[in-house]
Amino acid sequence: MTPILRARLQSSLLSAAVLVLLLVIWHVATLPTAAARVATSLTPEQVEYQKLLGKDPAAATAKAAGFPTLALMGETVVRNLAHPFYDNGPNDKGIGIQLGWSLLRVGLGFGLAAIVAIPFGFLIGMSPLIYRALDPFIQLLKPISPLAWMPIALYTIKDSSISGIFVIFICSVWPMLINTAFGVSNVRREWLNVARTLEVTPLRKAFQVILPAAAPTILTGMRISMGIAWLVIVAAEMLVGGTGIGYFVWNEWNNLALSSVIFAILVIGVVGMALDLLFAWAQRAVSYVD
Amino acid sequence: MSIDTGLPDGAAKADFLRVEGLGKSYALGAEPVFENVNFTIARGEFVCIVGHSGCGKTTILNVLAGLEQANAGNVFMGGREVAGPSLERGVVFQGHALMPWLTVRGNIAFAVRSKWPDATEAEIDTQVEKYVALVGLGAAIDKKPSALSGGMKQRVGIARAFAIEPKMLLLDEPFGALDALTRGTIQDELLRICAETRQTVFMITHDVDEAILLADKVLLMSNGPRAGVAEIVANTMSRERQRATLHHDPQYYRIRNHMVDFLVARSKDYSHGRSPAHAPVVSPGLDADVAADVAAAEPAPNVVRIKVRT
Repeated sequence: MTPILRARLQSSLLSAAVLVLLLVIWHVATLPTAAARVATSLTPEQVEYQKLLGKDPAAATAKAAGFPTLALMGETVVRNLAHPFYDNGPNDKGIGIQLGWSLLRVGLGFGLAAIVAIPFGFLIGMSPLIYRALDPFIQLLKPISPLAWMPIALYTIKDSSISGIFVIFICSVWPMLINTAFGVSNVRREWLNVARTLEVTPLRKAFQVILPAAAPTILTGMRISMGIAWLVIVAAEMLVGGTGIGYFVWNEWNNLALSSVIFAILVIGVVGMALDLLFAWAQRAVSYVD
Repeated sequence: MSIDTGLPDGAAKADFLRVEGLGKSYALGAEPVFENVNFTIARGEFVCIVGHSGCGKTTILNVLAGLEQANAGNVFMGGREVAGPSLERGVVFQGHALMPWLTVRGNIAFAVRSKWPDATEAEIDTQVEKYVALVGLGAAIDKKPSALSGGMKQRVGIARAFAIEPKMLLLDEPFGALDALTRGTIQDELLRICAETRQTVFMITHDVDEAILLADKVLLMSNGPRAGVAEIVANTMSRERQRATLHHDPQYYRIRNHMVDFLVARSKDYSHGRSPAHAPVVSPGLDADVAADVAAAEPAPNVVRIKVRT
């Protein structure tokens, strides 16, 4: 076995051990505990007294079990994954449909941001004058929480679903814009000089020299944007409501179905990771060794 | 801008490239790095420029390439003023400047396609393979530059410059970063390719031996600021000279000593605008007096023997 393989095996074993440990802690923490035992140890008189005070020991037991046990969690996961696309009206849709809505919003918002930010970033990166002129605006707008735009979006757009897309757009646009401008303005002078001595046309220079040279930096910006967009979509959908994974979390919280909330959290994590891996792969595809 | 030199063909050949009164300063009102630089290069001639760092050699090359503008003077090539970069002048950059996301084939094809935008893929490929073979990199044609050694990268840079079949080649210290062994091999290759293609070349070098091996004439630049071309050394050795036997030619030491003396002792005397406007052409290789000196100094000229007492 090579050392690299052995190290990989060791790290995977450790990961599995951590997972098992976490599940054991969960299991132990949700065992029927003190309250349940107290309820059984009470005399009938004490039970009646408690009931008179408005504290039902039996109900308390039920509430203590409100944080789902592992078995209940497993059952929720299986139930949700068995029928991901069912649709029983506005407040009862499958996780697949909710996820689909969220991905659609993120895709649209992110796509529009890319269409605006990359060409614009190219322009800013090519011209130091425009770079300096627009820099204060970018620096001012960049740190604003995308959700702060929500009231303005709702007022001007007057459509909650499109407002959600707008919020994704506005949070995705800055990292892509800044990284594109940075990547384009830092293309090695040597490569530009090669293009100049070969009398390369401006369009060909843009697409065959500057774009491949700046692509790794641009992809990094896109990866950061996608990360932020996936963070923001949950909050935005909680706020806007209607559909989406964020709304699903909020709805299940209102139903006090904690197992569904935990399930949704896991799904958000898995999808976020998948999106990040996708961009990591794209980044590797365009990167070059100098 | 085109001007008519009004010269007969023979004269036009003799000064295929003409540099007149060239000067450059980097800040407004600052002392120029170099000024009043005049020289000519004939068609098919190999010219090296030698001088200390900071005398403006690279700037002169960039002006010839059209990548930089001079503050004073003009450059004419084939009777036309050089006003910007052109496919007529191929440049080999100091740091090879290959695009790391393209293979060797891709890098050279990029240049070939720039020169002949209407060529078919097959035609471009033929041209690329021809020049890759010329520098002996056929086996590495589909590798990325990161997979190549420094010498191989520089060969690709040379192939790229030759592949567009320019009227003139500009080399900015192309072998500076290479080890001595690789440098020797590529020098031989360059010499062979230039002989085959009768290419006109302008090259910067710090290596006196390299200049003697490759150049037909060597421009000796004085130190900056206000540097200039102090002397033009004509290489009077046979054009069939070879690296392996170069040092057996008595002319070699005369020329070499003359150039080293200039760089060590005299180059600073010509700084601050003390270079002549039109540098005299000297032929130290034919100088009998120096030959006698060199004969006395042989077998190991330019070697300082140091005795260490313990």
